[in-house]
Amino acid sequence: MSRAKGSIVGIGELKPQRLTQGVTTLEMIAEVSRLAVLDAGLERAAIDGLLVGPQVGETPQHVPATIAEYLGLAPTMANVVDLGGASGAGMVWRAAAAIEAGMCEAVLCVLANNREETAPRSPNRNPIREFDVPFGASGANISYALLMQAHMAEYGSTARDFALIAAAARANAQLNPDAIFYGKPADAEAVLASPMIASPLHLLEIVMPVAGGEAVVVTSAERARSLGKPPVHLLGAGEKVTHRAVSQAPHLTSGPLKNAMARAFQQSGTRADEMDLLSLYDCYTIMVATTIEDAGLCAPGAFGAWLNEHDLSHKGDKPLNTHGGQLGFGQPDLAGGMTHVVEAVRQLRGEAGERQIGNAGLALVSGNGATMSEATALVLGAA
Amino acid sequence: MSVDLNTLKTPGPTITALTRPFWDAAAEGRLMIQHCEDCGKAVFYPRPICPHCWGKRLLWKDASGRGRLKSFSEVHKPGHPGWLPAAPYVVGLVELAEGPTMLSFILPGTRPQQIGDMLLLAPTAIGGRVLPAFRQIELATEEEPR
Ligand SMILES: [Zn+2]
Repeated sequence: MSRAKGSIVGIGELKPQRLTQGVTTLEMIAEVSRLAVLDAGLERAAIDGLLVGPQVGETPQHVPATIAEYLGLAPTMANVVDLGGASGAGMVWRAAAAIEAGMCEAVLCVLANNREETAPRSPNRNPIREFDVPFGASGANISYALLMQAHMAEYGSTARDFALIAAAARANAQLNPDAIFYGKPADAEAVLASPMIASPLHLLEIVMPVAGGEAVVVTSAERARSLGKPPVHLLGAGEKVTHRAVSQAPHLTSGPLKNAMARAFQQSGTRADEMDLLSLYDCYTIMVATTIEDAGLCAPGAFGAWLNEHDLSHKGDKPLNTHGGQLGFGQPDLAGGMTHVVEAVRQLRGEAGERQIGNAGLALVSGNGATMSEATALVLGAA
Repeated sequence: MSVDLNTLKTPGPTITALTRPFWDAAAEGRLMIQHCEDCGKAVFYPRPICPHCWGKRLLWKDASGRGRLKSFSEVHKPGHPGWLPAAPYVVGLVELAEGPTMLSFILPGTRPQQIGDMLLLAPTAIGGRVLPAFRQIELATEEEPR
């Protein structure tokens, strides 16, 4: 296995909630940042790198400066990572690369979002707004429905195959008291009985939007060894961005994560079947299906059979999204992708409590943005 | 879907000077797309440079109006409230005979939609403007676009 490119030494997470009342995203960023830096055992002043996400509707520009000022930081590297659901994973390798480039030593990567009842619609003016929206295709649900329909037609995958993914996420969420669907399991029949939103996509195959926040602190592997918590090493990363609108997708049944994961495996000298945890981005059931296939865990089109052959719980042979995934935990907007990083760190540290995987040594984390458009993959390893 | 689509309060296109020829043609019931004089490929959506070769010699030409359904969804819960009265309705990815894919509104046909269906341009008034929608080609006759 390759040497560590950097290490995650701190994690922070806010319990998701359906709605906030009068709380700003900036306030939530402050809360979750403090948790991650405390967890790392670092002084505030030690944070000299800052990676943040876009802040639609609140701080359209100068986001890093606004957050640095609010937190009392003066970073020597600061930037916005704008890769949708891949932003969290995208931050982790960028943080390690900035440290390797000598620009900073400890990077705070933070994503959060409030969720007020009166959120404004985003005033886009771009190709997707001009050429998709007027035909009745607003929002991600329809885009992912089109991807799912194409998979079913090409491979004969069934509605039940997809429902199993949502059911597994709900089952795993029963061991995460912070999950929005804690205490609310749903089996495949319940998923299939939920309302059709955009065929073939059912309501329970779609993440629940929530408010929340996630943060991690990245430093060099050398520095990580002197800190309190067991470091989690970044062993490999990959990224690829291919399109924005689903109409412009080069493929409908395979995405840029295929290349991103291949690079992450190659960099880390690992294989998909060696992973102890699959922490896979799951905005919709179809996204997990395609990622399992693109990772090479099964042949293209064969995810349904793969699901039936494996136990996806923390006790199983292929633990997948042990925190419940976003389908079980809730999707705190862009921070949703970072839940997959935070859970991987918990598992690789041995801090996952009731849902701890035995001897967790390697984790695959995937991030996905827009409509299978923006892809980042990480291979993380225990110290 | 029994509502008059033209009465819907749906968002229209955000037209720019560059994309104007596409929408002007659409208003006349035609589908015009760009063709690259340098690499010979068709381009959709309109751009100032060819995304295939970065050539700048892009010419507007009438498309054949024929396409193939690459995927579709029957939308029960629209993302924009203006579409609610029309739900459920079908949108699809239409691979134009010229090569590029566009997203469009798919009119109800005599058969249920299937991926691979051959489609024809079917200009349709939606939300107060004529849009280049599509419909199934009837199996019995070799139809030509209007
Ligand atoms: Zn060209």
